[in-house]
Amino acid sequence: MKKTSSAFYWMTIPAFILFFVFHTLPALQGIFYSFTDYVGFGDYSFVGFKNFTNLFSDGRALDAYIFTFKFAIVSTILVNILSLLIALGLNSKIKLKNTFRAIYFVPYMLSILVVGYIFNHIFTFIIPEIGRGLGIEILSKNILGNMDLAWIGVVILAVWNSSGFNTLLYLSGLQTVPDELYEVAKIDGAGKWDQFKHITFPLIAPFFTINIVISMRGFLMVFDHIMALTEGGPGRATESITLLIYNGGFMGGEFAYQTANAVIFLLVVLAVSFFQIKVLQKREVSY
Amino acid sequence: MKGKTNWWATGLLLLGSFIIIIPLYMAFIVSLKNPQQLAESILAIPDSFQISNYLKAIEMTNYFQSLMNSAYVTIPTVIVVLGVNSMVSYAIARNMDKKYFKFLYYYFISAMFIPFPLIMLPIVKEMAMLSLDNLSGLILLYIVYALPLNVFIYVGYIKSLPRSIEEAAIIDGANVWQIFWRIIFPVLKPINATIAILTALKAWNDFLLPLLMISDRSNMTLPLVQHVFQSQFSTNYSLAFASYILALLPMLLVYIVAQKKIISGVMRGSVKG
Repeated sequence: MKKTSSAFYWMTIPAFILFFVFHTLPALQGIFYSFTDYVGFGDYSFVGFKNFTNLFSDGRALDAYIFTFKFAIVSTILVNILSLLIALGLNSKIKLKNTFRAIYFVPYMLSILVVGYIFNHIFTFIIPEIGRGLGIEILSKNILGNMDLAWIGVVILAVWNSSGFNTLLYLSGLQTVPDELYEVAKIDGAGKWDQFKHITFPLIAPFFTINIVISMRGFLMVFDHIMALTEGGPGRATESITLLIYNGGFMGGEFAYQTANAVIFLLVVLAVSFFQIKVLQKREVSY
Repeated sequence: MKGKTNWWATGLLLLGSFIIIIPLYMAFIVSLKNPQQLAESILAIPDSFQISNYLKAIEMTNYFQSLMNSAYVTIPTVIVVLGVNSMVSYAIARNMDKKYFKFLYYYFISAMFIPFPLIMLPIVKEMAMLSLDNLSGLILLYIVYALPLNVFIYVGYIKSLPRSIEEAAIIDGANVWQIFWRIIFPVLKPINATIAILTALKAWNDFLLPLLMISDRSNMTLPLVQHVFQSQFSTNYSLAFASYILALLPMLLVYIVAQKKIISGVMRGSVKG
């Protein structure tokens, strides 16, 4: 088959066109509108970089970026530490291995929004009730109503929900490590920590890179968690970037302004992803 | 690995699994109580179960309607994604030496880096303009937006398949379409399972796209309905929990039935991807 069969073109062209129309085109439109004063309907004119310069002095946008990064970094670290520990546990010689594995994966099957509403009620009614019953001061208040603590509630939901998926990824990484390596290490008198540091971790480093990049990317887009728990409140303490773009763009008449925000967000996400891949891959090689 | 059972790990994992189960257990127990039973104790198992909470939640949120809507969106999405995304990937994987197909590959892959918020505002206008701000529009977007990740996974998998499996069919005079559907697609079965699970979870549990595109009550999917009724539940949280349990139930049932397949499917995808 020297000549490419035309069938191969027919297989891809419709998908190419649809993807362009429903993904690339709106993305280009977004970039286009970010240089205008469009409010979502009616006429508009070009305003150059005005939206972008305004964004840099916009306290609300800055707060959204600070909250989103604080949430994403803390959640990424916690999820990855916990998932790695759970995966190590599941990969060791334990009872009820398959049952545990099944339980830890349950949260990933469920709608974050609906689980979030359950957590919302637990934080708002059940935990304070228990806290009052036991006379524990910290527990007797709703943390979602506290400006300084509400973000922790969002982190708890995120960690509960996504640890299972990352655990499975680590687990499939751990299963690629041959048992013989541990046998040799044991004969050499290496302790558990040495085994982890010198054998397990270097060998699953590619999985570590992928997990960190995927988690961080997902958490930077956080939306469902916040809609269910706080809707951005109290005040604007937990307003994420996606929520700000949604609120401002659809409800606040800031269509063009928030698309400019989204363009900046695109650049930030790209920078973070490339930075992570560069740094983490360097670590992989240096082992 | 031979040796003794690691009781430390077993114990810690047991403790951890309580953290997973407790919120769901709480929701379930509370959903079975009336206000008086709740006042006595939140977490104790009640002496009589209030099924009426569930009946009321079903009626109030029009549960079966939204269940049907979620199924109406998810099932065609999964079927078309499997057929179309694998076909596109097959064409790309077998022609990577040609400029057009190589371009297409990198075009789809690079789209993975574009955050949805950039598309969010324009796509809502576009879908409304095309009168696609409905369930069919949702299906279309789920299929199209699944392409980047799935092309990445499928192309990696198809490249690892030896070309010799197609050669016999070519000699027999089969055309490209026949080769794909009769020979390649069946061979993709393991990775199809992975893609089907991930696609179904995405479509079933998604909240943002339905929130943006569906305004008609009779078209709402399960998560969106919970959002709309949230304010009406707030004083009666047994009713709220009954509704949440109902919304989670279909996926929990699927998981209980197909747990082994789902887990091995997701793990397989992570190694190939």
